[in-house]
Amino acid sequence: MKPGNPFVRMGHATLEGISRLGTATRFLLQILWRSGTSWRRFHLIVREIYSSGVLSLIIIVVSGLFVGMVLGLQGYQTLRTYGSAESLGVLVALSLVRELGPVVAALLFASRAGSAITAEVGLMKTTEQLQAMEMMAVDPMARIIAPRFWGGVISMPLLAAIFSMTGIYGGYMIGVRLLGVDDGAFWSQMQSAVDLRDDVVNGIIKSVVFGFVITLIALFEGYDAVPTAEGISRATTRTVVTSSLAILALDFVLTAFMFKGA
Amino acid sequence: MNIKDGSIDSSIDDSIDGFIGSAKLLTCEIVYMRSICHLLVMPLECGRFLLLIINSVSTENLVDIRRVSFSYRNRSVLREISMQVPRGKVVAIMGGSGCGKTTLLRLIGGQLHANAGEVLVGGQNVAQLDNTALYRLRRKMGMLFQFGALFTDLTVFENVAFQMREHTDLSEQMIHDMVLMKLHAVGLRGAQQLMPYELSGGMARRAALARAIALDPMLMMYDEPFTGLDPISMGVIGNLIRRLNDALGLTSILVTHDIEESLKIVDYVYFVSNGRIEAEGTPDEIRVSQQAFVHQFVHAEEDGPVPFHYPAPDYAQDLGITDMRQAGVGQA
Ligand SMILES: Nc1ncnc2c1ncn2[C@@H]1O[C@H](COP(=O)(O)OP(=O)(O)OP(=O)(O)O)[C@@H](O)[C@H]1O
Ligand SMILES: [Mg+2]
Repeated sequence: MKPGNPFVRMGHATLEGISRLGTATRFLLQILWRSGTSWRRFHLIVREIYSSGVLSLIIIVVSGLFVGMVLGLQGYQTLRTYGSAESLGVLVALSLVRELGPVVAALLFASRAGSAITAEVGLMKTTEQLQAMEMMAVDPMARIIAPRFWGGVISMPLLAAIFSMTGIYGGYMIGVRLLGVDDGAFWSQMQSAVDLRDDVVNGIIKSVVFGFVITLIALFEGYDAVPTAEGISRATTRTVVTSSLAILALDFVLTAFMFKGA
Repeated sequence: MNIKDGSIDSSIDDSIDGFIGSAKLLTCEIVYMRSICHLLVMPLECGRFLLLIINSVSTENLVDIRRVSFSYRNRSVLREISMQVPRGKVVAIMGGSGCGKTTLLRLIGGQLHANAGEVLVGGQNVAQLDNTALYRLRRKMGMLFQFGALFTDLTVFENVAFQMREHTDLSEQMIHDMVLMKLHAVGLRGAQQLMPYELSGGMARRAALARAIALDPMLMMYDEPFTGLDPISMGVIGNLIRRLNDALGLTSILVTHDIEESLKIVDYVYFVSNGRIEAEGTPDEIRVSQQAFVHQFVHAEEDGPVPFHYPAPDYAQDLGITDMRQAGVGQA
């Protein structure tokens, strides 16, 4: 940071922020432009789905289970005071499918897969692997960046769905098995209350958007990292922080758009 | 009945025989096909050889750098530099650390663009090529990076196979054979299944060399292939560079600090200093040169025209000594 007038510094920071946003947009356009290769050679994308999706499964499943169990406990306590404990299924399912599933899974994805992508790409840059690839007449955008991008975009909604599913199961374990909510009521109320278009599809839309944003941020930070050990560690931190903030802000925006009046 | 049985038996026997026979035939066929594949490659190889001969006859320079200037942001690195690399030769670029040798290679590879002047490779101006043409040109270039730059997520074998998989439709068997040939040439056939982190520095350099020559480029660029090698490996790599150049009919540019090793193997030497060509000549001319600069380099003298320091403001001023002196004067 340059010392000096705080206003000057603020101006610098703003300008830099805007120019980075511009660079990131150009980066995105390049990814989309060069995506042909990775779709034609789908195994490249499959590999990335494995490394960012499948390897994130454990953390997603475990967290989903716990979140669902907590929802079961908390929801039961509140609902019982109004004598509607059998609506627990509705509460658990709706909160997971509409909000917690996409958001929490995205936060976990950002810290597990996003940081890994940034570190990997940053290290490739630092060790001149990307330049070497360019000199071998292979476009790193097409060969390295685009497959990772699509891998992330495909993985995220699947992970969110798995998160919601295990969460509902966790709520079921606590509510029905442990606290004695009626089994049939739990499921049937859930079935009649959860709407495919308004709840499930909206949740999926959210997680697709999150996957898009997280992977883009992670790739951009890695590709743009200062090619040193310190630069990579900073970039990794920035990936997690920026994408977490982006997830929460976007969640608000998307929810506001999907909101259907009082 | 008996006869019938016999005929059944014999027909079974026949069909089994036939089956075995056709299996044998099939294997023969496979072997045969493979050799046909190799045979098919032969004319290609012959064609290449012919081209080589034609190339070596034509005296054209493969790389022609004309009055090129380059600066990183505000730091000027190259100033109106010119050099030629004739086809089939090994040319060394020498100079102190930070004088812009790697930059020069990047200009040739089209990763950087000159601020002024032009870089011609095979008669094409690198800076004016569009992406497709540039990539087509790069397929004919191999570059050995200063630090190897092996792909860390691939084995040595896959590193060498990388370009073959990306740019050709060769069968798995062909790729296997070709990769082994390249690895054998650098003495690493036994290390094919190792990951890059399992290699020593010198081995990594050799693996990177095998990767660089994977598609038999016409121009090889070596960025400091000798640093951090023991004297034996140094000699091995040096000989390898020369042998590859002559056997495959390449043209090579060798960037190095190591004057002794390189004078043994190169055809021509350029000395770069201060962004200019300070001296040039064949190894014999260089060895007997009386030019102060060359003399300093060849005899590794510390003092001489080659600056040891990165350009900097006055040392005393940087330490604040002049200020103090002035302050002292003020007091007195
Ligand atoms: N990306 C860059 N941005 C700014 N300046 C750079 C950059 N890369 C190199 N330089 C500067 O350009 C000059 C030449 O660098 P270059 O890497 O070409 O040197 P070199 O001759 O290869 O040195 P060495 O023998 O130590 O590898 C150096 O002084 C360096 O400070
Ligand atoms: Mg260098």
